Amino acid sequence: MRALLRRQRYLLDYSLSSLARRPGKHLALLLVYSLVVFLLASTLLFTQSLRREAALILADAPELIVQRLVAGRHDLMPADYLDRLGQLRGVSDAYGRLWGYFYDPAVKANYTLLVPRQEPPVPGEVRLGAGVARTRGLGVGDYLSLRSARGEPFSFRIAGLLEAETELVSSDLLLLNAEDFRRFFAFPADRFTDLVLRVRNPSEVRKVAEKIALALPDTRPILRDEILRTYDALFGWRQGLIIVLLGGALLAFVIFAFDRAAGLSAEERREIGILKAIGWETGDVLRMKFWEGAALSLTAFLAGYLLAYAHVFFFAAALFAPVLKGWAVLYPDFRPLPFVDGLQVATLFFFTVFPYTVATIVPIWRAAITDPDQVMR
Amino acid sequence: MKAPGPLPAPWRKSGAFLWTIGLATVLWALTFVHATLTTRAAADDLHRRGALVSQLDLTDFALFTEARYTRHPSQADLHSPFQDHPLALEHFPTGSLVPASAGPSWTGWLEAPAASSPE
Repeated sequence: MRALLRRQRYLLDYSLSSLARRPGKHLALLLVYSLVVFLLASTLLFTQSLRREAALILADAPELIVQRLVAGRHDLMPADYLDRLGQLRGVSDAYGRLWGYFYDPAVKANYTLLVPRQEPPVPGEVRLGAGVARTRGLGVGDYLSLRSARGEPFSFRIAGLLEAETELVSSDLLLLNAEDFRRFFAFPADRFTDLVLRVRNPSEVRKVAEKIALALPDTRPILRDEILRTYDALFGWRQGLIIVLLGGALLAFVIFAFDRAAGLSAEERREIGILKAIGWETGDVLRMKFWEGAALSLTAFLAGYLLAYAHVFFFAAALFAPVLKGWAVLYPDFRPLPFVDGLQVATLFFFTVFPYTVATIVPIWRAAITDPDQVMR
Repeated sequence: MKAPGPLPAPWRKSGAFLWTIGLATVLWALTFVHATLTTRAAADDLHRRGALVSQLDLTDFALFTEARYTRHPSQADLHSPFQDHPLALEHFPTGSLVPASAGPSWTGWLEAPAASSPE
């Protein structure tokens, strides 16, 4: 066993010396290889983190939301729908939600104005999400002036700020009283934005949604499961999109690496010929080349993965922020939580380390089994 | 004359390489430890976010705030990107990255009115 290990170590020594003989070429390969792993790993880690967090946090979202559609577009919900839906068998509670969007031309940002069901602010006061407070430079006790739907100026006193830890879901929120909301938007008194239904038995949620679709054909029930699926699909889509965008670069790398690994230069052929002529066995040549490929790909994988981990979880995925942010003024200040999926990392390892290592061995095997004299010529 | 033996281990290239790879592997393993500890320590924050979602009946992340139809991807209606006129092209960067909707739900809400039409 000891002899075997010592033998492998000598082979590794030789492989490293062989790599060091062409430092520029191999360093360039290592750099590009690490960069490819870094980009792939960053994408996987970031989307996995958001996907997992969405699944955890949005598990507390309403079980069933009912929205009204008119000509295929979202419309306000008549209050009498609430009575009809509340009487459906299996529904334990039904209430209307009041929320809407407000574009603030002062900072060119969209706010989400929402009326909380529990502990709403007193009339004339609002509670702000951390993003709004930061963008407008407001604190508790300050006043926020906005122009209402009728063009009247409204001045709200800031009664409190939502916790910074909740920014991922509350960054652009502006919580206000129902009266203020209706006056501000000139919102009809007999309308809600949409309705929330609580269903006693979770296994009946789908049945209730079916009943709603039949009883009120102009409505669209949205299940909590669908919300969770939307986020799963959304981050999957984003991940897929980034990987597709990276596709060109990946393909270029594969061609580059394959050419580097599979195409033997005359110098390398001569080297193999000499090794065989001085008594190296085919197996030794293959092992030596295996170590060469393994050293390169393992180093690239570890460097790329560690850099990606630091990028996503210590530097809040700074390279991806512009993609997510778009032209948004209000962007939550958040740091993704490291929900690492072991299977994803194993897949990344397999698809980055193995193909290169195997690709290096095949042409060497071809050269190593031919006559040394013929190889050297 | 005595034949020169192998160089002491730390001076050999393989020694330096194995040390480097070993160190990187330890760091790699530590990322999993870090991930476990960090997510465990963030349980309170996650709970707070979940509580706010439950308290305010929230449905979406506040990640895409640039256009109103990207703010709530789970609630958006399918025609929003064409809000200006039917041939208007999507012009918000997020709109091209966020699918406008996850598509018809299990009830096939686009078909629902037809299924329940009075005819």
